[in-house]
Amino acid sequence: MAFLSKKDRALILDPLADNNPITVQVLGICSALAITAQLKASIVMGISVIGVLSVGNVVISLIRNIIPSKIRIIVQLIVVAALVIMVDQILKAYSYELSKQLSVFIGLIITNCIIMGRFEAFALGNGPWRSFLDGIGNAAGYALILVIVGFFRELLGSGTLLGHQVLGDPIAKTGLYAIGYENNGFMLLSPMALIIVGIIIWVQRARTPKLIEEN
Amino acid sequence: MAKRTDSNIYTIVFAVIMVIVVGSLLAFIANTLKPRISENERLEKMQNILYAMGINNNNPEKPNSVVFIPVTEAGKAFNQYIVKQYVVEGNNIAEGDAFSIDLAKEEALAKNPSYQKRLPIFVGKKDENTYYIVPLRGKGLWDAIWGYISLDENLVIQGAFFDHAGETPGLGANIKERFFMDDFIGENILDASGNFAGVTVFKGNNDPENQRKTDNKVDAISGSTITGNGVSAMISTYLKQYYPHIQTLVNQK
Repeated sequence: MAFLSKKDRALILDPLADNNPITVQVLGICSALAITAQLKASIVMGISVIGVLSVGNVVISLIRNIIPSKIRIIVQLIVVAALVIMVDQILKAYSYELSKQLSVFIGLIITNCIIMGRFEAFALGNGPWRSFLDGIGNAAGYALILVIVGFFRELLGSGTLLGHQVLGDPIAKTGLYAIGYENNGFMLLSPMALIIVGIIIWVQRARTPKLIEEN
Repeated sequence: MAKRTDSNIYTIVFAVIMVIVVGSLLAFIANTLKPRISENERLEKMQNILYAMGINNNNPEKPNSVVFIPVTEAGKAFNQYIVKQYVVEGNNIAEGDAFSIDLAKEEALAKNPSYQKRLPIFVGKKDENTYYIVPLRGKGLWDAIWGYISLDENLVIQGAFFDHAGETPGLGANIKERFFMDDFIGENILDASGNFAGVTVFKGNNDPENQRKTDNKVDAISGSTITGNGVSAMISTYLKQYYPHIQTLVNQK
């Protein structure tokens, strides 16, 4: 990333760790709970949000000086909704299989707080290129947490990763299951996602003391 | 000093222009892509119907993946295997264009009490066996769920395909996984005395391998009770309407 200035690099790298949208800004928790029961779903959702947030940030940034401040939230909502519908329609026409797999996420993207949060906090006050980087960075930070949570939930809940049985066959009792291991069905329910996110926040704060608020 | 963009007139003009621009853009895209999208949906419907009667490319070595026949062959295979199409209207059944019937539209129209709901039945033939394939539609937790079930002449399920618009990934969305759909194969929809019983998605029936085929139950998925109940409900609502007509068709043969 030599072609990026130090400030620009920070736009991409900060949200991956010290300013992560989920664990630090606590945005986008809802979708992090809803779709992380499988690793594949987490990855797909992560990629979709990277696409929508980076393009959306650029669009908002381009029209930031002409948006009336009274209705800016509505304008932001229209931009996300229009982008998402366009992507949905194009996928349905040219890549029907993929659009079937994405169906549920397409709708969830609109409701994702990170998107509106970044439009409001960043794109409205910065130029298109920086907004683009900010979009990529924040969405990637979001995707990173999703993938971590999805990895543990699918592994411990279903004993699989990306649909492959990595711990043996629970019905035929092979692999780990032969010595009495059982899948934890609780992992598949949303409360466990919150607990895993909590653990990630705990580990992150323990390692990075500057994140801890002083009372 | 107030900014130019704060005035009411500017706000209203901006809103109007934005709505017109975005609205026409979306309308243009939707209209341009519509023929392709409906063609994709038509082929998918064919793939789904054929899947339910066992015409698919499922790989025996990968028992968990659903593989349809290729899209390019769907039209040809549909004409080859689906030998007759019937339309049920009230108590009457007649040959007709069942493929063009959209259950979602029929349900919407049927809210008007004077409208007689039309139901499609497809008759498929493969290796001398006859299959009666019927579409189902119901509600899951978040959105619509639907599917196709094929029955043989004794009203035993020969294949099932389910799909959904927006059930939770990893939970309710698993109704379209093989481990759930394949459980339905071999289940009777009539009870021992020949009355309609449907197939219930049942929690804790101690039959995870689904060995008991005459209990009218299949094992539910943990964490997807409402989706499972939706599947039970759509099976009982629709198969109850279909099965007398399927019996008529069987007797006619």
